[in-house]
Amino acid sequence: MFFEPTFLAIQFLNGLQLASLLFLLSVGLSVVYGLMNFINLAHGTLYMLGAYIGLTVARESGSFWLALVGAPLAIAALGALFHVLLLRRMQAASPMKQVLVTFGLIFIGLDVVRYIWGDFTHSIETPAIFSGSVQLLGEVYPSYRLFVIGLGLFVFVALYLGLERTRLGAVVRAGVDDREVAMSLGLNIELAFFIVFCLGCGLAGLAGVIAAPVLSVYPGMDMSILVLTLIVVVIGGPGSLKGAALGAFLIGMFETFGQVFMPALASVIIYALMAVVLLVRPGGLLPVRPG
Amino acid sequence: MRSWYVAWIAGLGLAAVAQAEETIKIGVVLPYSGVYASLGGDITDGMQLAFDLYGSEIAGRKIVLITEDSEVKPNVGLTKTKKLVFQDKVDLLVGPVASNVAGAMRDFVHNAKIPLIIPNAGNNLLTGEKCSPWVIRTSFSNDQINRVMGPWLYEQGHRTLYLMAADYSAGHQMMEAVRRGFTEAGGEIVGEEYPPLRETKDFAPYLAKVKAIRPDALYVFFAGGLAIQFVKQYQDFGLKGEIPLTGAGWLTSPLFLPAQGTAATGFIGALNYVPTIDSEENRAFQAAFSEKHQRTASEFTVQGFDTGRLIVEALKLTSGKTADKAALVEAIHRVHFTSPRGPFRIDPATNNVIQDIYIFEMRQTGYDIRHVVIDKIADVQDPPNGCKM
Repeated sequence: MFFEPTFLAIQFLNGLQLASLLFLLSVGLSVVYGLMNFINLAHGTLYMLGAYIGLTVARESGSFWLALVGAPLAIAALGALFHVLLLRRMQAASPMKQVLVTFGLIFIGLDVVRYIWGDFTHSIETPAIFSGSVQLLGEVYPSYRLFVIGLGLFVFVALYLGLERTRLGAVVRAGVDDREVAMSLGLNIELAFFIVFCLGCGLAGLAGVIAAPVLSVYPGMDMSILVLTLIVVVIGGPGSLKGAALGAFLIGMFETFGQVFMPALASVIIYALMAVVLLVRPGGLLPVRPG
Repeated sequence: MRSWYVAWIAGLGLAAVAQAEETIKIGVVLPYSGVYASLGGDITDGMQLAFDLYGSEIAGRKIVLITEDSEVKPNVGLTKTKKLVFQDKVDLLVGPVASNVAGAMRDFVHNAKIPLIIPNAGNNLLTGEKCSPWVIRTSFSNDQINRVMGPWLYEQGHRTLYLMAADYSAGHQMMEAVRRGFTEAGGEIVGEEYPPLRETKDFAPYLAKVKAIRPDALYVFFAGGLAIQFVKQYQDFGLKGEIPLTGAGWLTSPLFLPAQGTAATGFIGALNYVPTIDSEENRAFQAAFSEKHQRTASEFTVQGFDTGRLIVEALKLTSGKTADKAALVEAIHRVHFTSPRGPFRIDPATNNVIQDIYIFEMRQTGYDIRHVVIDKIADVQDPPNGCKM
């Protein structure tokens, strides 16, 4: 019965939904790394803060949609502040120092969340129009999850067009490709980096809000997704938008179908996938700088 | 001059001894931070209420609580326990919430021969193979809560059952208890799933699988954020109304109900206490608690409350004496009372509580979603399970 088309189709949608979430989280992390070789481990913290700010906005205003717009903006602003206060000073530091500082931020973020919102587990109400389920291939599927998939696809297309068709996108591509040459040509890589960084933070916040109705909001939710996000970046190839999308798709599918067909191996399977990818293509599946 | 010093020190020493004799010190090791902070708070509030109602002074000795935060970490729990015993010289200990912390504390209190009263941690081993004359449990064992549900579900007409629980020892012990009862009654377990405790972010793949197998009922154990996610997704995927949801009663604890909302209705669970038990004792207890704290008392509050009352009643039997620990434990075994959750006593054979188990259904009346008791299994007592005192 596990090989019926409808069962597989439903699980495929489940995988797509996880992929959509992972894509929103990993794309910022990946492109920032590609531009500046900067690894921000506190990226998951921004995801958690996005969920909590969304929770407060949704409760106070009664509107999920306000939370969906407001929380990412707030997180992007936080990212800007973070960039000005800390990142600018850290740029010359060694990668190890950067990792340690952002690792420390994870714990600060966790305690801040506990201090403000407490240890309770919360949940954001699913917005009214997506609170029901739809009939799909004769099966019931929650419509909110279709919305999550759609949003992920929309963001991917928007970022792709932004990167390929706008001037900022061209600067970013040039920066990722060869930073020194791009700078010597007079391109403002610093500014491009700042904008991309804030955008990436905002997307992490967005991921937090859309995850909240499905996955609930609790202190430590950042750590439970950070590892998956890092694996997505490594598999896809750091710095690459298409790589992040492909990595998210693969991890979403392997995680979902692994749980269904090989539950005992479910937690090992994605690490095995990462190991295989690194052995065959050390730079990731779609690296920006081949070789 | 020198003799003055000696006299001073001797005087101080005597005063300290006299002081120590005056109060009864109870060392409390509970989580006051981290994921179980709310449970630690509920248990402490319940215990305090028991001292308010049944006496905070016995034979002229005042009961004093010395509280320490276990942080839900086994090594921290053990360090704090040692501090309470060696430095504060407490007369007895209460704690902890989590079974892994209890496991770390067990050997120390067993060797130190200090009575430890456990107000939550449910690992079967603590009153089974790893039982100790000095470790007494007022809450439940994982087996005790779930064992009765196997035969009960079979009697309700269910013939096939699907099990699902978080992948750690409590989850496995609870599912094992149900499996035994259900298969002995003649039922069949048609599938089981143990999602990783920390990594699970989504139940969707598992729920689709349950739906494809179509068991007569689904039996689960989840708590915390997982409980909220599970109940909501069970509804979203259209299983509600098709496959009855049953399980260990913590799934719809008052702590999680606000986030679960109407998705929780229809759940049938087993637990040692629900706030809606219809008895004189429970109504009085809930009224006293909500007057003091303006909230509903949970099953954790009751476990703290009964722990406090057990201590008070036992101390009354020893006339407030605590030096002879064996006599204190023996007095604990003699205490019987009617708790808000029904008749309460400690089984001398295992040191686990003997209590009623309530089977309830979540129903909506008006805007309220409440636990409605639909059956009760009286005086559920654990078999020795390998316990030799």
